[in-house]
Parts: sequence; C-alpha cells; structure tokens
Amino acid sequence: MNTSEILPEKEPGTGTHPLRFLLWLMMVSITMIFAAYTSAYIVRREEGNWLEFDLPARLLVTTIILALSSATVQWAYFSARKDEVRRVQIGLILTVVLGVAFLIGQWNVWVDLVQNKIFFGGVDSNPSGSFLYVLTGVHAFHLITGLIFLLIVLRKSFNYQVHSRQMLSIGNVTIYWHFLGALWLYLYLFLLLNH
Amino acid sequence: MAANIPTNSQVQGGIGAAVPHTGHDEHHDEHDHHDQHWLFKYVFSQDHKVIAKQFLITGIFWAILGGTLSSLFRLQLGWPESTMEWLTPFLGKWIEAGKLNPEFYLALVTMHGTIMVFFVLTAGLSGTFSNFLIPLQVGARDMASGFMNMLSYWFFFLSSVIMFTSLFLETGPASAGWTIYPPLSALPQAIPGSGMGMTLWLVSMALFIVSQLLGGVNYITTVINLRTRGMSMSKLPLTIWAFFLTAILGLLSFPVLFSAALLLIFDRSFGTSFFLSDIYIAGQALPNVGGSPILFQHLFWFLGHPEVYIVIMPAMGMVSEILATNSRKPIFGYRAMIGSLMGISLLSFVVWAHHMFITGMNPFLGSVFMFLTLIIAVPSAVKTFNWLATLWRGNIRFTTAMMFSIGFVSLFISGGLTGIILGNAALDIQMHNTYFVVAHFHLVMGSSAFFGLFAGVYHWFPKMFGRMMDEKLGYIHFWLTFLGVYLVFLPMHYVGIAGFPRRYYAWTGFDTFSQFADLNKFISVAAILAFFAQFVFIINFFYSIFRGRRATENPWNSTTLEWTTPVVPGHGNWPGAIPAVYRWPYDYSKPGAEQDFIPQNVPYSQTQSSNLPYEREME
Repeated sequence: MNTSEILPEKEPGTGTHPLRFLLWLMMVSITMIFAAYTSAYIVRREEGNWLEFDLPARLLVTTIILALSSATVQWAYFSARKDEVRRVQIGLILTVVLGVAFLIGQWNVWVDLVQNKIFFGGVDSNPSGSFLYVLTGVHAFHLITGLIFLLIVLRKSFNYQVHSRQMLSIGNVTIYWHFLGALWLYLYLFLLLNH
Repeated sequence: MAANIPTNSQVQGGIGAAVPHTGHDEHHDEHDHHDQHWLFKYVFSQDHKVIAKQFLITGIFWAILGGTLSSLFRLQLGWPESTMEWLTPFLGKWIEAGKLNPEFYLALVTMHGTIMVFFVLTAGLSGTFSNFLIPLQVGARDMASGFMNMLSYWFFFLSSVIMFTSLFLETGPASAGWTIYPPLSALPQAIPGSGMGMTLWLVSMALFIVSQLLGGVNYITTVINLRTRGMSMSKLPLTIWAFFLTAILGLLSFPVLFSAALLLIFDRSFGTSFFLSDIYIAGQALPNVGGSPILFQHLFWFLGHPEVYIVIMPAMGMVSEILATNSRKPIFGYRAMIGSLMGISLLSFVVWAHHMFITGMNPFLGSVFMFLTLIIAVPSAVKTFNWLATLWRGNIRFTTAMMFSIGFVSLFISGGLTGIILGNAALDIQMHNTYFVVAHFHLVMGSSAFFGLFAGVYHWFPKMFGRMMDEKLGYIHFWLTFLGVYLVFLPMHYVGIAGFPRRYYAWTGFDTFSQFADLNKFISVAAILAFFAQFVFIINFFYSIFRGRRATENPWNSTTLEWTTPVVPGHGNWPGAIPAVYRWPYDYSKPGAEQDFIPQNVPYSQTQSSNLPYEREME
C-alpha cells in the first residue's frame, strides 16, 4: 500500500517522510562499515610492519571532481524547487558525468599504485596498500549505487515527476550524494593523515 | 541538508487536506478486497504478517536442523568408543569405519552455532516477532517499506539456501567454529572445512547481513514514524521498545561484521594479508606477512557481543509483556524496564574484548573491559527484579506462554550468574574455552532466547493463525524442555570447572577427564531427549494451524492494540480506522475498573470510576 495514505492518522514521529528516514538509517550503517575499516586501519598500523608510501597525487584531482558533483546535484535540487525541470535534468546529468569521471579517476589511481608496485594482494603486498584498495573500492561500490539512484531520479524528471511539489526523490538523492562526497572527503583526509 | 527540503509538510498537509479519515478507510477496504494472485499473497508478499510467518517457519526448519546437528555431536561426546555405523545411511562418508570423522565433528559444532545464533535466534526470533508485532502494536497498516521488508525475507531465504547447500559439499561445511577465527578459517590447507565450505559460509553471511539491515531499518522507521495517534514513545509496549533497540544494535553492529567478512574474503581469495602473518603449514612458510589475527577478533566481537543482545532483547520484551498480561498486573517499573534496555544496548558496544582476555591484551585494557562487563549486571538485575516484582502477588494465569516466560526468567538468572564469574578476567583466563563457558551462554542466551521464542509463539499464535494451540501439549512441551535444559547445562558447569575444553572431538585420551565419562553420557541423554521433546511443539504448532480451537479476538484479555484487530487481520490490519491510543499498555487490575484490563484505545472519559487524580484532567 502507498505509505502516504497512512500519514494523517499518525503521531508526528520525526516529522520526516519514512523513506527519508530509511535513507538516514542506511547512511548510518554505511558509516559503520567505514568506521570499522578506518579503526581497523589504525589498530593494524600501530602493530608495525607497515609499508609507508606516498599517496598518488591523482587522489586530489578525483576529490575535486567529486566536490564539484556535490555542487551540481545541489544546483539540480534548487532548480527543482523552482520548477525549472530542464535545469534539474542538466544538473543530474552533470552529476552523473562527474560521478563517472570520479570512478575513472579512482581506477587510474589503482593503475598508478600498481605501477609503483603497491599491490592489493600477493607476495609483495603489505596491509597498508591493501587497505587503500579496500577503502577506495568499497567507497566506489557505494558511489555506483548513488549513480543508479541518480539515474532513477533523472528518469523520473523526464516523466515530470520531479518538481516543487514532489521533492522527495530528488531530496533523497541529493542527501545521499552529499553523504558519499563527505564520506570520500573523510577517507581522503584520513589517508593523508595516516598513510 | 534535510531542513531545506519541504517534503514533510507538503506530504502531510497535502494528504490531510485532500483525504478525510473516513474517505481513507473506504478506500482502504477497496484496497483489501483486491484479488491477489496467491504467489503475491503467500510467497512474494509485502504484508508484514505473512513475512513474519515466513521467517517463523524458516526459523523452525533451521531449529530442527540445528538441533539434529547437536544430537549428532552429543552422540559422539557421550559414547566416544561405540560404533556409529548405523548413522552411515544418514551421514555417508563422514562415518569412517564406524567412527565419526573428526573434521566433520568440527563442522557439526560450527554449523550448530551458526544456525542457532544467526538463522534461528536472530532471523527466526526478531524476524518473526518484530515483523509481526511492530505494525500491530504501534498501530500501523504495515511496515514503512513493504517492498524492502519482502526483500529482507528473500535475502534471508537465499542466504539459507546457500548455507544449507554448504552442508552437502565434498569437503564439508565451514568448520572453524561459529566465530570463524583466522588463520584457521582463512587457509583452505588448514582443514577441509576452510575450503568451499568457508566460502559459502561467508557469502551466505554477507546476504544474511543485507537481510538484517533491510529488516532493521524498516523496524526502526516504523516505530519512529508510523505510530498511531496518541502512541507516544512512553506508551509503547515493552515488546516494541525491545525490538526497536534490537534493530538499532543490528544497524550499528552488523555492518562491522560485514567489513570483517569482506577482509576475510580478500585474504582467502585475493592474496591479501589482513589477518595472516608468518604462518607455516606442513613445514612450508606462507608468503603472507603483516597481518593481525587479533584484528579479526576485535572486528568480529564488535558485532559478536551486541549480537548476543540482539538475540536476548526481543525475548526480554516479549516476556515482559506476557508476564504482565498473565499476572494481571502492570509491569513493575515500566520506565526502569526501558532504561535498563537502553543501558544494556549502550553497554553492549563497549564490552566486546571480554571475549579476548587470553589474546595477550594489555592487562590494564582487560580490567577496563572487565569493569564495563560487570556493569551489565546492573541493568540485567533491574530487569530480573522487575519481572519477579511483576509476578509477586499477581493473579497468575498459568498459560503455556506464561510458563515459558517464567522459565525464561529462571534460565536468565541461572545463566546470568555465571556471567559475573566469566566477566572477571582472572577467572575467565582459567575458564576460557571450557564447557563452563558453553554452559553459561547456552543458559543465558541460547535457552533463554528459545524460551522467549516459545512464549511468543504460544502467546501470539491466536493472532497469527486465528486458532489456539493445545494447552496440554504445551505443558508437556514446557516441562520436558525446562527439565531437559537444566539437566543438560547444569552438569556442564562441573565438566567445565574441571577444565574440559570445548570443541574437542573426544576426551578419552586424557586421564584427567575419564571420570566425567558418565556425566557426559548423562548430558547427551538429556540433550537428545530434550531435542525430541521439541517435536511435541512442532506437532502442536502445525496441527493447531489447521485444526486448533478457534480463537477469539482477544483470548488473553490483553490491553495492546494487536488484540483490537479482527481474529485474523487482513492486509492493512484494521478494517476501519486505526484506533487511537490514550493510555499506557499495562492497565491491568486497575482499582475501580469494570474489568481487570483496560485496552490502550479506551479513552479516560469512559473509565471515570478507575481514573487516578492526575488522569481526571485527561477525561
């Protein structure tokens, strides 16, 4: 049944739409995954036998790309509030393009790492390198789910289902995309400080 | 970010203005009478009640299997010298020359633990009752997202299929214990069970975690956002508080297990060394360097410890509800009950290293974890004394559900007391990995949670299937199980204090332990009898679904909202408007009231004879 039918006879709760609340909870569980990885990283590093290496410079480029994509999705969101459907679509498409560019950039980071003989697994690998692959890889996986979400909302906007009176889906995708950006920023700063 | 987005006012304002309540209800009836294809009504259903039954029946399947496995290894432990030839038709090549294959013995213990902890007492218990009771007791038509709720079951189903398949592998299922510590679990060369069996274990658990998260976010959202009018958080039944906090624990701890499992998968299949270092197998050095097996234990127990509360808290909530209903008394210390649940939830995240006292951790750190662990005794004692005070001078109705609830309290006390012993680092170092630990957690977590599960099934069966379970069979089931559990686990304490280690295939090689041969035989007999007693329940359960005495709407004269629905609620739960809530859920035997219970949806204006001074203002 449609959730919106239920609302009037309800306690106000948090005042958010249930789907919005579900999204917040999912972000909490994603945060826990990375909290586990980064704390495992620190614990493991303290034990020694830790290969030190410079982070690939390209990571700064990908970070800037992802920050830009946060701006474009926010622009799409503001445009939706003003019922400028065309700009919503442009904003979402730009975000998808930047998101894909970020993923390609991350792939090239891995290529750089391999060229510098920092391997994920195998005889020559060290947990310090493996952790870098895991952090970027698991983040990239979640970014792909964000891209799928963006495409769904884009499709909705082509069906005229995204405008100032239907802000739920674009609001959710905006929150999720900012979350993925913030998560990456955290990981990047974490790696800068602890690599 | 969220503050910018005006969805809330717009959704609520828009609908509220356009659809008056009555209009909504008519619409809803229409919605109900749609002829759904049976496939979507019973299989791919989005109705929380059907999903709950799916979880329950899958859980029963797993419980039978888990019990069977334990009977098999109890046969080995009780009669290590005798032939097991007669099991060949059943176990095939795992019986070699009349003896149980020792590696398969390890697989049996591992799978027994995995199945019971995750598939029965997590998915079967909280999957069943959180799904069934949350919407009914908070007054919602369904979960926040029926679709995700359905996915939650089917991920569990897929995970079950994979785990079940792993039992039939050539190399056997996972055998490294339910805690799957590396390096044993990481190296296929170590034991056969660490080959394909372990791979399937990890894949299955990854899917299981997805299922738990999909379910958990739904439970939390439903409790927070879909409560009916008047159902403030301080009027929630304790069941809902327990399910709610359980879901929060799962939300925060299962992702960490997922992280650990993923790293272990990389170590196993991609040549990384997160948990592996300096290992020699059969005289050969492995290339892995730099890993830390202790790191895995930290990650595992960060889930593993909250997990035991994920198992026990739903049982605590249901027992609170059933004890109050059948004592015909308000629960003693309602707010203290909520506070202690919160205390347990909070503490459950800061005690994980008490499973690791012997890993060589810093003794100072050990004493911190010991201190935090012992504090858990406080909220646990609050709960226990409140249950006892609820029973005290109550007008007790000994229904089968009530028997199991009282049994729960008994087992929780017996098992909890040894927890105080094991929480002490100095004592734990002596007892670690002995049968004393096995006895402790089987009483306090395993058996207690099972008793909570049984109590819940006997109590809510009428609402699930519209029929009553047979009471006489229920009593037989209770007494056989209750006695069986104590006869199994009390002697285990003695064996454990003597130092007998868990997970050993046989103890006949050690003179020290030969004096316990009789005791072990006794435990095995009791365990196998207690297992067979469960078939009384299973027969009762399936017989009553079809042939049980027909139930009334509110057979236990209970106050909570699920009993205001029709005998068998349809999709949407209430045919008319959802009742509003005016009072807390424990108005039993209120002085001056006409009946000895006042349901939550009765306003104070209708109960003037029993209203307390401060309630007069709300008439």
